Amino acid sequence: MSAGELTGLSLQAASARLAAGQVSSRQLTEACLARVAATDGRVGAFLTVTGERALAAADASDARRASGRASGPLDGIPVAVKDLFLTRGVATTAGSRILEGFIPPYDGTAVARLQAAGAVLLGKLNLDEFAMGSSNEHSAYKPCHNPWDLSRTPGGSSGGSAAALAARQCFGTLGTDTGGSIRLPASFCGVVGLKPTYGRVSRYGVIAFASSLDQPGPLGRTTWDVAALLSAIAGPDPHDPTCAARPADDYLSALENGARGLRIGVPREWFGGGLQPEVEARVREALATYQRLGATLVEISLPHSRYGIGAYYLIATAEASANLARYDGVRFGLRAPGVRGLKELYAESREQGFGAEPKRRIMLGTYALSAGYYQADYLRAQQVRTLIRRDFDAAFTRCDVVAGPVAPWPAFKLGEKTGDPLQMYLADIFTITCNLAALPGLSVPCGLAGGLPVGLQLVGRPFDEATLLTAARALERELGPPPAPTALEAKA
Amino acid sequence: MPVADFEVVLGLEVHAQLLTRTKIFCGCSTAFGAEPNSQVCPICLGMPGVLPALNAQVVEWAVKTGLALGCAVQPVSVFSRKNYFYPDLPKGYQISQFELPICLGGGLTITVDGQEKLIRLTRIHMEEDAGKNLHELAADGGSGVDLNRAGVPLLEIVSEPDLRSADEAVEYLKALRAILLALGVNDGNLEEGSFRCDANVSVMRRGATEYGTRAEIKNMNSFRFLKQAVDFEVRRQVALVEAGEPVVQETRLYDPVRGETRSMRSKEEAHDYRYFPEPDLPPVRVDEALLARVRASLPELPRARAARYQQVLGLPAQDAGVLVGDGALADFFDAALAARGGGAEAARKVANWTIGELSRLMNETGLPPPAWKLTPAGLAEVLALLDAGTVSGAGAKALVEELFRAGGDPGALVKSRGLAQVSDQGAIEAAVDAVLAASPADLERHRSGKKDLTGFFVGQVMKALKGQGNPGVVNALLKKKLGGLPPGEGR
Repeated sequence: MSAGELTGLSLQAASARLAAGQVSSRQLTEACLARVAATDGRVGAFLTVTGERALAAADASDARRASGRASGPLDGIPVAVKDLFLTRGVATTAGSRILEGFIPPYDGTAVARLQAAGAVLLGKLNLDEFAMGSSNEHSAYKPCHNPWDLSRTPGGSSGGSAAALAARQCFGTLGTDTGGSIRLPASFCGVVGLKPTYGRVSRYGVIAFASSLDQPGPLGRTTWDVAALLSAIAGPDPHDPTCAARPADDYLSALENGARGLRIGVPREWFGGGLQPEVEARVREALATYQRLGATLVEISLPHSRYGIGAYYLIATAEASANLARYDGVRFGLRAPGVRGLKELYAESREQGFGAEPKRRIMLGTYALSAGYYQADYLRAQQVRTLIRRDFDAAFTRCDVVAGPVAPWPAFKLGEKTGDPLQMYLADIFTITCNLAALPGLSVPCGLAGGLPVGLQLVGRPFDEATLLTAARALERELGPPPAPTALEAKA
Repeated sequence: MPVADFEVVLGLEVHAQLLTRTKIFCGCSTAFGAEPNSQVCPICLGMPGVLPALNAQVVEWAVKTGLALGCAVQPVSVFSRKNYFYPDLPKGYQISQFELPICLGGGLTITVDGQEKLIRLTRIHMEEDAGKNLHELAADGGSGVDLNRAGVPLLEIVSEPDLRSADEAVEYLKALRAILLALGVNDGNLEEGSFRCDANVSVMRRGATEYGTRAEIKNMNSFRFLKQAVDFEVRRQVALVEAGEPVVQETRLYDPVRGETRSMRSKEEAHDYRYFPEPDLPPVRVDEALLARVRASLPELPRARAARYQQVLGLPAQDAGVLVGDGALADFFDAALAARGGGAEAARKVANWTIGELSRLMNETGLPPPAWKLTPAGLAEVLALLDAGTVSGAGAKALVEELFRAGGDPGALVKSRGLAQVSDQGAIEAAVDAVLAASPADLERHRSGKKDLTGFFVGQVMKALKGQGNPGVVNALLKKKLGGLPPGEGR
């Protein structure tokens, strides 16, 4: 098999070939590194490539396999993680200048679990600075391009995590989702992305944006790949008190159970307003496919969804304003040179270190928490959150999953929305409620609109990732694997 | 208008470091005095990506303190972030409790001038301590930050403004300290700052119904400084009111060298801490099982103990007060008395030795109780040797000191150190004879009645016996040898 054919495999297929002795981890890793070298100049998915470490890990995996001690489906599989995950000894920037040169002294839990499962870490992936953005254009280092159309964004904030998969640079990635940051890029890049239930995957060692909303999760080219990655990283962690004590489920065993009998809630609020007709058509077709597979559609209402964006931008910015206070130039990261006195050290380091979007959000959040505004803003937003969760609780008495679009449109052009933050914030209009309600949400490809991928969003009951994956798999099996993007090949 | 025409209104905020082995949100040691930044990890350094994991012992001890102080322990309490920038605060916020603290209400009784008074508490909450800034470390005058203390657990205990004088404030602080020591949750060290207080002080004209504007006083690291600071502040505020000038709401720093308070920051400069619930920590739940377990573990509290010492053991109030002021002393006393046995007489003796010798040695050496080599049983044995006449009072003191510093077996030490008291008639008689023979002139002066030199001869004999003569025997023999004549009556 050629290197190009190798990188085009799903994680599942690569894993099967490893198990069968048809390929080595070193071969897979070398193929991926070659693909990164050949394509990433145009994609910009990687901020750091850890080639030597990856080859050493691949050789260790091959040695384990040779002695019969391979540890599972991820052993020897090249993966990469968003540069928001701390990696011991490997630069971790959060896409920000303020962390330039920061080398973490520890591995986050999810990364440690991937490595314990034998996965080979290829490097760190591009993102919006501190995960704040929907297009990856807020990366302080470089923009990331959508492999379907290099003039378009891959979505954000986990843009690199989706683009690397679409570009066939690795077999699985991790991202984080605070308001849609896994699902949106998965939708834009035509891959599968899962935001688990809040508390399903440990946040320890993931740089915090908005602590009550952030959730790490896997992206893959297929549902099986995502299920395998989730199995490796999910479960209780004593380092994260907000991580659930409930053990992880077996996400692979029920994957092929189909959609028969599944009750799918279709929220009427998600099909109005700015939803692009061609996107709506793909979503409706997917719903019709489910009906054909034996599922029933139930019209539901999530009346408080429309307050989602407002509540989100109060809560997320308030928490971010505190979470980003530690980047002060005192202990790590960027320290402005030549300053006099403490106030100047703080002001200059933060002025030089943070980009426009983090600054905007720190100011919004500081304002929302200020004396006199806290009650009216932050507390009220928390009340909205409760109402949104109740909407879903009520819906889940009548359905098993909620389905709708991930975003109003397919991938937009780079630069198209950077001048208008509010337009950019609307990219998350359908994904944000899921974070506010702490529920699991998934994006699975459901076709193309104008030659660009469209994702179907599925939202489930708390900790019912298994049902989401099973439902997504049913659609995936029906539609067949999405085509590989050709933009890179055309220009290569 | 003199100070006496004003009423002082005072409340204290006490910060007590909990004696847990590890910090409140990570596994780092809390030991004092280590090399700067040697007891730190990514969590207490506030590295990117870290999360706090609450130390269960902190909750348990907060509950224990709350129960001991009669507070309403809250079934659900919430940590909050208190936001401000300072180099000793690694995350840029302190994890504290704000709207929903773990304990509400409660109070403690103090005695001032023989009068009992209940001082009510507002609340008790849990929080993390900050690190320490160290200035002028480098040759260029640069500053450093030591984060060993960052994340050490604190209880903040806030009183209502029920105190009416500096003396009441001192009594309150002493009573609170004694309770925390008895509970074993705090070491009560004001100097090192593991037990520290801020005072909210205001004055109002006697009979007034509205409190005056208050100032918050910081940096009082002894009982004496607390009294001085409050007294100074009261005089300052009274002078302002008398002069018709307003008292400004502000934070003031006590300067122990000049004995005065100085403005640190005004209300306008006060931080807006932008508190909000800490999203990284779930609400703290205290269930019935924990309450019951902690309640069962509560020791006898100082006031109850002092009452028992007075009523059951017949100790003077003063002695009872000293013993319960430091739980370690009282524990030692109880154990030594149990070992010694006996009633009020024995209790008084054990108390005298505990208060006199043990607390003297404790203060001189500064050694904490675990470092004392003297055991309660050891003291009981020394007192038995004293009562049996085996050692003299001086010998017993020497024994206690040696045992305190080096330990050992009292009986064996008496032999090896030659501390046994000489009660043997023959030996003492020989010494008496030798002393009298060596001082014929003094003997004559005594016998002539010119001067009573009994005390002088006792001293000489004791000296000859190296201080180990049994005083009773020495006195009796001298009396006989000196002729039994009442001195001064002549012949």
